This record gives sequence, C-alpha cells and structure tokens, in this order.
Amino acid sequence: MAKRIDISGLSAYYSAFKAIDDISMTIEPGSVTAFIGPSGCGKSTFLRTLNRMHEVTPGGRVEGKVLLDDENLYGSGVDPVTVRRTVGMVFQRPNPFPTMSIFDNVAAGLKLNGVRKKNELNDIVERSLKGANLWNEVKDRLNKPGSGLSGGQQQRLCIARAIAVEPQVLLMDEPCSALDPISTLAIEDLIGELKSRYTIVIVTHNMQQAARVSDRTAFFNLAAVGQPGKLIEIDDTERIFSNPSVQATEDYISGRFG
Amino acid sequence: MTTTAPPATRPEPHRAAKTVSRPGDRIFAGLARGSGILLLVVMAAIAVFLTVRAAHAISKDHGNFLTTFEWTPSLNPPVFGIAVLAYGTVVSSIIAMAIAVPIAIGIALFITHYAPRRLGGPIAYVIDLLAAVPSIVYGLWGALFLVPHLRGVNLWLDHYFGWTYIFHKEDPNSAARSLFTVGILLAIMILPIITNVSREVINQVPKMHEEAALALGATRWEVIRLSVLPFARSGIISASMLGLGRALGETMAVATVLSASPTLSGHLLDPVGGTFSQNIVAKFGEADDFGRDALIASGLVLFLITLLVNGAARIIIQRRKEYSGANA
Repeated sequence: MAKRIDISGLSAYYSAFKAIDDISMTIEPGSVTAFIGPSGCGKSTFLRTLNRMHEVTPGGRVEGKVLLDDENLYGSGVDPVTVRRTVGMVFQRPNPFPTMSIFDNVAAGLKLNGVRKKNELNDIVERSLKGANLWNEVKDRLNKPGSGLSGGQQQRLCIARAIAVEPQVLLMDEPCSALDPISTLAIEDLIGELKSRYTIVIVTHNMQQAARVSDRTAFFNLAAVGQPGKLIEIDDTERIFSNPSVQATEDYISGRFG
Repeated sequence: MTTTAPPATRPEPHRAAKTVSRPGDRIFAGLARGSGILLLVVMAAIAVFLTVRAAHAISKDHGNFLTTFEWTPSLNPPVFGIAVLAYGTVVSSIIAMAIAVPIAIGIALFITHYAPRRLGGPIAYVIDLLAAVPSIVYGLWGALFLVPHLRGVNLWLDHYFGWTYIFHKEDPNSAARSLFTVGILLAIMILPIITNVSREVINQVPKMHEEAALALGATRWEVIRLSVLPFARSGIISASMLGLGRALGETMAVATVLSASPTLSGHLLDPVGGTFSQNIVAKFGEADDFGRDALIASGLVLFLITLLVNGAARIIIQRRKEYSGANA
C-alpha cells in the first residue's frame, strides 16, 4: 500500500517569488521522513507540492517531477483531486469539519469516494478511529460534533479522517505544534504504528521530535530572507543528529544557527 | 446598544491606588447612557402610539379584522380586514425569496470561489449598484418594462404549468400586474443585500476548513458542500432574513406594479391582491382620522409578522449553534 516518492528538480513559486529551488530526493515506502529547517525555508511549501495542495494558493505554481512509484503527479492529464485521494494530509492546526459529527468527519472522505453502505461505513470508521488511537475515547459519542473534542483528540480525529480513505502516503504539516506534550506523545506513538502501512512525511520545528519519530531527516535552509529555500542534505536520522555531512546542518541542530 | 461606560482608570505608576474619574470620561459615559435611554424612550413612545390608535380602530371594526377581504373603513359601519394584505405580503415575499436566495448564494459563491480575481471585484460592485437604485425607479421599471414583457411568460406558464393551480391564470388576457410579477421585482430588489452579506460570510470561512476538504480529495463543489456552506449557513440565513425584511416592507415598487383589488386568489398570475405597505400608501392620502387608525393597525400587523420571521430565523440559527464554526 505504501508507495515510494521520487522527487526530481522540483521548484515551487508564489507568483513571481521562488519559494523552493530545485529539490530532488527519494522517500522510501513505509518509512517516516522528517523535514526540519528554519521558518521560511520552504519545507511546508515543499510538503504541499507532494499532494498538489500548493497550487491551491493563489499564484502557486510548481516545476519539476514528483513520481509516486512510477506515476508523475504533475504529468499532463493527472487530476489533482485523484492525487489528494492517494496522498493524505494532516495540518498544523486540527481542522475537523466543525458542522459534522465525529462519525461524519471520519466518513467524509469515504462518502466523497462513493462509499454509501451503512455497515461498510461503520466498519471503516471504527477501524480508522482505532487506527488513530481514538476509538476508546469517542465510541460512545460518535454523533457529537468533532469540534467538542480536545485539541489532541481533534488532531487524532483528523488523522483518522485521513487514513479512512486508505491513502498511500500521509503528509503531516507540524501536526503537534498546537498540542500539549501529552497529546504530542500520543501522536508520535501513532506515527510509529502507522509507518508500516503508509509512507509518512512530517514537517516539524521540534528537533527532538524529528529524532524520535523519523527514519530519515531532511534539512532545509535558505541563504537569506527573500531567497528560495534549498535542500541542504537528507540522510538517516541517526546520522543527521550525530554526524551530519554539512556544517550548516550541525550548526542548526546544535543551536549555533544564524 | 450598550450603555457601558469605558473603564474609568488605567493603572498608572505614580498614583496607582487612587481611582480617578476624568471629566472626559464622565461626559462620554453620560452621552452613551443618554443615547441608550433615548432609544428606549422613542421605541416605547412609538409602540404606545401605534397600539393605542390600532386598538381604537380594531374595536370599531364591524368586520373580522383578520378574515375580512375589503378595506372600507369609511363605510358606516366601518368594515376592513387584513386577509388579502397578509396573503399578498407573504406570498409575494415567498416568491421573491424563492427566486433571490438561490441566485444570491450562487453569485456569492461565484465571486468568492469561481471567478478570477479581476472579475470578482467588478461583479461585486455592480451588485452594490443594484442596491443604490431607489425603489420608485424599480417600480417604474417594473410597470413599464416587466409588466408588458412578462405577458408572454405568463401565457407560457399558464399553458404548460396551469395544472399546478398556482400558475393557472383566470383571464389570460389580463396584464401581468400580479403577485408573481411583484415577487420577481422584489427578488431583484433584495438580491444585493443577500448577495453581499452572504459573500462576506463565505469569505470568512477559514482557509483551513477548505483545505481539510481539499486534502481529502474533494472537488471544488465538494469543498463548498463540505466546508463552505455548513460554515456559512447561519450567516446566509441572516442575510436572507435581511432580504425578507425588505421584501415584506417594500412599498413603492409594489404599489406601482400591482393592480390592487380586495380579492384573494390562489393563482399567482391573477392581477389581484394587495400588500400591507402598498395598501397604506394607496389609502393614506384620502383617509380620514379613523381610516388612518385602521391603516396603522395594518402596519402593526406587518410589524408583528416581521418580528415573527426574525424570531424564527434566530431559533434556526441558535439550534445549530453546537455544530457551528464558532467553537472550532
């Protein structure tokens, strides 16, 4: 189910402004890859090019190739809507649909895919909520609004919603930055459990988090404000945090940066 | 309207312990309080005036005020009732809402989600212009353009949809001075306010809710259905109520177009009927004191209907509060 992502020569623009420049990397299936780097280095923008969310922003434009196994997401005739059903995304701030119940939130993507049968929906919703470690907390109030949950629960609800449609890749844009440490731990544990089934890419500002959850870490940086962000290096997480091959990475990780 | 005075003091390092009341604050607080009280006094005065005069008229009415068709307070004994007026007011407003609300939501969504940015601004401006046209101009346009041009439409509706009863026309040759035509005119008049308020509300839908739907693989329409409309729902209802308020109370445009008569017809295309404000403006000039009291009574009923409609809208909005975007 999990797929390999092959990125080559990828640049992204906001109108005339080049946000990321010529990035190439390979993300292995069934692994967790963390993107770290200072604010404005384009790591979130880069993440959003992997499910074609970048072009939703007015003026957003992408050059280069993203291969999911062998299919180019930016090939001609590829429908971004189909891409986003294959590549799921979890956002920085938990964003359950406020007008929907917990059940309907998880079922939303399934209904978009045409799943209508009640018992099939019930099964998948239960499996997804269990997969997101939320089932025990919400099984008695599936018909209550999702916005009534705590922040950490809401984020796990969003993860359940994302995995309900069985994507091949799961993108997470700073999924814990709005959460307290206990909720953060719950999400990190969950990431560990999910990685066998999905290729996971996570953007984080928390370097300990990157060290804890990821197999590979990519460090992004920018030369100066107004310059495009670049990929400095990507390597096994252990190596990045112990013995990175680029001096800038070591400076950033050890807090001597800029 | 609030009469709360601003906090009287700011903590200051030098004389922190003392509460100092400055003359500027006292004057402003007095002005604010006075304005609030003045509003209540004026409202109370109007209410008392209307109720007293209306009660006087209704007590002398020899017909049933609620069910009588005719409006003849000058007869001896006086006979007048609001049946035709209430029916005409409500029906023409329902027609207007049925036409205007879907179109307004469509325009608002087009401006916010479909139109290229360069096109959205000018369209919004043109809609604003519609709101600036005086209602008598709408009335003249309705009488001189809409009425003759709707003739063919009326015949067509009668021919193909006459079986629905409401689109049956008693006399196919009569002019289109009907509640249906009034409804269309009112729809155009209330379109701007519903569109503008809806557009504002839709613009306030947080980006992150739309992205939530997009990331699940929703198409543009599905984003609107999943994220935009549920979030904007209560705002759109409020917008529609503002429009309905205007439709219920509209006077000149209705009076210019409608061929009023004290007849109640279920056929919307028949040139009969009347509305509260149309009746007031038509009868007020030649009414004697008692006639005016009777008209005031009808105005009071219009006021009550508007109040009821607003209350109903509030209940609808309130009931969905748990699910609204406000606590997200």
